[in-house]
Amino acid sequence: MIEAVSEDTILITLAEAIDESLPARIAGLADNIRSAGSPWLVDIVPSYTTLMVVYDPLKIDFRQAVSELRPLVTLENTCKRAPDVKGRLVELPVYYSTETGPDLQWLASECGLACEDIIRKHSAVEYRVHALGFAPGFAFMGQVDPTIAAPRKTSPRKRVPAGSVGIANRQTAVYPQTSPGGWQLIGRCPTPLFDQNSLSLLRVGDRVRFKAISREAFLAEGGELTP
Amino acid sequence: MSFLEVVRPGVQSTVQDSGRRGYRHHGLAAGGALDLISYTWANKLLDNPRNAACLEIVLGGFRAIAHGALQVALTGARTRVTVNRQTVDLWQTLNLNDGDELTIDHSTHHRLVYLAVVGGLDAPEQFGSRSVVVREKLEGRSPVQAGDRLMPLQPKRKVPERKVPDHQRPNLDGEAVIRLIPGYQYPQFQRADIIRLTTSRYTVGDQSDRMGFRLQGAPLSSPPPGIISEGIALGAVQIPGDGQPIVLLNDCQTIGGYPKPGVVPAVDCGLLAQQLPGASVRFELCDLATAQNQRRLFELHYQHTRWCRSGQELEWL
Repeated sequence: MIEAVSEDTILITLAEAIDESLPARIAGLADNIRSAGSPWLVDIVPSYTTLMVVYDPLKIDFRQAVSELRPLVTLENTCKRAPDVKGRLVELPVYYSTETGPDLQWLASECGLACEDIIRKHSAVEYRVHALGFAPGFAFMGQVDPTIAAPRKTSPRKRVPAGSVGIANRQTAVYPQTSPGGWQLIGRCPTPLFDQNSLSLLRVGDRVRFKAISREAFLAEGGELTP
Repeated sequence: MSFLEVVRPGVQSTVQDSGRRGYRHHGLAAGGALDLISYTWANKLLDNPRNAACLEIVLGGFRAIAHGALQVALTGARTRVTVNRQTVDLWQTLNLNDGDELTIDHSTHHRLVYLAVVGGLDAPEQFGSRSVVVREKLEGRSPVQAGDRLMPLQPKRKVPERKVPDHQRPNLDGEAVIRLIPGYQYPQFQRADIIRLTTSRYTVGDQSDRMGFRLQGAPLSSPPPGIISEGIALGAVQIPGDGQPIVLLNDCQTIGGYPKPGVVPAVDCGLLAQQLPGASVRFELCDLATAQNQRRLFELHYQHTRWCRSGQELEWL
């Protein structure tokens, strides 16, 4: 479905529900739209099931923009190319601990598991980046093992340190900057997720694996323990 | 070298141009001047490029000293502006001399004043824009502070005296009527709620900023449940669980999961952004083609008109 939503924005919806094949399809469609090289294209915002296209309303009107996008979307739909586009694999080191993950203990008892089980299950799965938003470089990844899924905190923290790794329902993410936030925090990643020059480390469609590291390795890689 | 030295920045003054293009997929907000019309006219008065950076001054309380002769232009909220304690008009060019003191009083009617300098402000560029998105807390991107120098890109250039014709200025007085382009989630709202949304008077809430304006009034009784997070267009009207609309503006996050009955066109977002807490606002339905045509005409006017010799009118090229 392609819909003009404002004077310079079009929303393309590929599916009604989230599924694991979508990030690769959506990233692929975004690439195709970008490589068409249309002079009217301003921005592409991929998300879980949708792709928002921002265009220059001086170069093209909404009817023309929709009709130029339609063949690309139709092509994508008919091919439904199973993600042969495997997506980049990014490994993110995490120092899982009660020291860097103030909710680790709570989550373990909430799930009836040991802290080690939470760590093992969180780092056993390969995640997909479904969307970016909330803050620069903040990547929403899924899906977390259902036995360690937990809702957001009822009252968000005023300060979540940069690098914090959190869980919210079946999603997981790393906070790129220190900011307020309500996700359940289980550890911290020393790798910068957003850099003012190279921008976001993660893109929609990427595959991500978390690797448990020691306190020493965390510090050696530049991690900070400030609460 | 001529420049303006900020003595008092006021509540919040930030450098803004037309915003970032092509970075939202990194989670970076679009940013940019909130009041498109006032911002655009401030630049047009000085023959600046369409995208030139201005200072966006929230609620006035601003003071600066000119070092060297410098041409500037002020547009936006009706408020008292003085040069060396003499009241001067907004919406016109102003020639400052070395040592002149420019003040903008606290604004009691509306929120935003735009200060343009010849050639645009020479501020650091990042992500293809000079706009500052304060909430992202990126390095070197913060509001203007006392002691900062506002450097013009073309300090030596000077245009003849000019004044924006009355009929071209936005009418900020009276109740703000904000148009709403219905979107694809519109049919998911109950009819009674849509009637409520488009016939009630809303009041601008205290917690309104560059991210979004919160409106208070008759709450929608049963907004549809949250949707799967999707890209947010400028002006998107979100209805969270409490049924009170939030109109998302330039610094809003890139994706969101609240249902949206529609989108407010950019020009009307500017009108809304000019309102103070407690101001009365009403929605009016509008179709996309009309909103887009108006926007296109507005942009074409910038590109394809020039000032007449009198400096009081413009003519199409």
